[in-house]
Amino acid sequence: MQSSSLAAPLQVAPLLRRQRYRRPRAGNLAVHACLLLLSFLFLVPLILLISASLSSEADISTYGFSLVPRTIDFAAYQYILNDPSQILSAYAVTITVTLAGTFAGVLIMALLAYPLSRTDFSLRRPLSFVVFFTLLFSGGLVPLYILVTHYLQIQDTLFALILPYLVMPWYVLLLRAYFAQLPRELIDAAKVDGAGEWRIFFQIVVPLSRPALATVALFCALAYWNDWYLALLFINNPALVPLQYLLYQISTNIAILQTSSQAFGVQIPALSAQMAIAVLAIGPITLAFLAVQKHFVSGITLGGVKE
Amino acid sequence: MMAPGLLVLFVFAYLPMFGIIIAFKDYRAYQGVLGSRWVGLKNFYYLFQTDDARRIVVNTLTMNALFIVSVLVVALGIALLLKEVQGSNRWLTRFYQSTLFFPYLFSYVIINYFVFALLNTSNGLVNHTLHSIGVQAVHWYESPQDWPVILTLVTVWKNGGFWSIVYLAGMIAINPEYYEAASLDGATAWQKIWHITLPLLRPLIIINILLSIGRIFYADFGLFYQVTRNAPELYPTTDVIDTYVYRTLTTIGDVGMASAAGTFQAVVGFFLVIFSNWLVRRTEPQSAIF
Repeated sequence: MQSSSLAAPLQVAPLLRRQRYRRPRAGNLAVHACLLLLSFLFLVPLILLISASLSSEADISTYGFSLVPRTIDFAAYQYILNDPSQILSAYAVTITVTLAGTFAGVLIMALLAYPLSRTDFSLRRPLSFVVFFTLLFSGGLVPLYILVTHYLQIQDTLFALILPYLVMPWYVLLLRAYFAQLPRELIDAAKVDGAGEWRIFFQIVVPLSRPALATVALFCALAYWNDWYLALLFINNPALVPLQYLLYQISTNIAILQTSSQAFGVQIPALSAQMAIAVLAIGPITLAFLAVQKHFVSGITLGGVKE
Repeated sequence: MMAPGLLVLFVFAYLPMFGIIIAFKDYRAYQGVLGSRWVGLKNFYYLFQTDDARRIVVNTLTMNALFIVSVLVVALGIALLLKEVQGSNRWLTRFYQSTLFFPYLFSYVIINYFVFALLNTSNGLVNHTLHSIGVQAVHWYESPQDWPVILTLVTVWKNGGFWSIVYLAGMIAINPEYYEAASLDGATAWQKIWHITLPLLRPLIIINILLSIGRIFYADFGLFYQVTRNAPELYPTTDVIDTYVYRTLTTIGDVGMASAAGTFQAVVGFFLVIFSNWLVRRTEPQSAIF
């Protein structure tokens, strides 16, 4: 375990292959039963949410939320999609922030981590400590809040939603560890051939480090996609509200949701509409997860065991 | 090459560190941080005069302690189960891993929706189930005594799968020859777990516990703010340092009190990290973070 986390995923693959298919034994069946039950329990909240979004408002107020809708009713979705401009705007903000933040963040963190991985870089130790120390000590909310709103004055801009998460020290250290185990000979050979540091970084280091960069990108994207905290602190302008913060506002007050059907005097399906908008919000991330789940698992073993 | 990264760290990590001087000042926005008057330890004096101070420290510590123990036990349990069925049915094992991991993807805003669908007083699934077996409805969002358990369940649900993958990776890295030898000697599945898996996983478990202890003074703001719907009735058990600082700063607008609590957290938190790393050094020297 102590060796290096990076070795763990490499060791996992051959071991998985080595174990041949075994016929299920009685003990194994019990274990499968446990895991099936546990998986079902873990899914209950999600099933409940989807079911509630498809239930009619009348059923919910009579019978409460249930795991299977009594009658399937799309009224909540119709109500929301009647005028989706607010949700689309929130989606646009979230997508912009996630793409810009992830791209800029990974690039900046890699550029910071690479020199720190080079043993011939004289400031390697002090500058590594500069990165590391931010993991140990932080000023907390009050100074950050005053800095952003009073001195930088970037509240109510997209910068407030991107900049604070741009450099996450833990990932810088992860990338540094990954870069450090790349073969030195490649870099030296490129130098002999006259390549500059920038060229070495972009043409040798980056292509060789795809797994680590992809992992960091995945976790950065998740952090930006799920963020509501920075919006809670710094965003007042409704046009800049990201998806998660819109959901938060709706959960405290359904009236935030403006749709044109209010004009027709249609009764708001408040409970099911809340659940429907939550379903619309988690749809993309669930699909994205199913597409890249393998990378998530290997990413956790990359970062989780030890830097 | 390093300039952009160092600049971001300087502005968003180091400037706020110097900002802890706010806790020792009578901060006035128009005078700025440097221009405001020094007041020594007055803000801390007022903070520790309140009942809040004791409450938020106790809540932060006990809730985090509950989370550390429960997540560890559940994650290890899931990892052991997954290890047992590993290699039996590709499709099923992948299904388990994905299902158990995926709550990790959701923000606490979404989790608030899940919990609300389960617990809200008039429509929630839990109260309707209680009703059908003849038990009186519980006003969950007004019953602070139940929330240590509820929040622990939520935390385990959200993070259990993530940590089980970490522990499973550790288990898979164990040399299979140990298990083969044990099987030859007629060891049962339980004996293998007790005498091979857990002892060899010990370093990993210890590091994770100690790292969590290093963070025990920091609460998960989203969990305590979103999942409780910030209900004042629940503050007796769910008000933690982070929610207190946020509320004092933004709702009450008392910068002095908020920064005193935040600085207290940062300083105690710092010493806890140093202390837990010192413990790691003593128990598993190779695993110390610094």
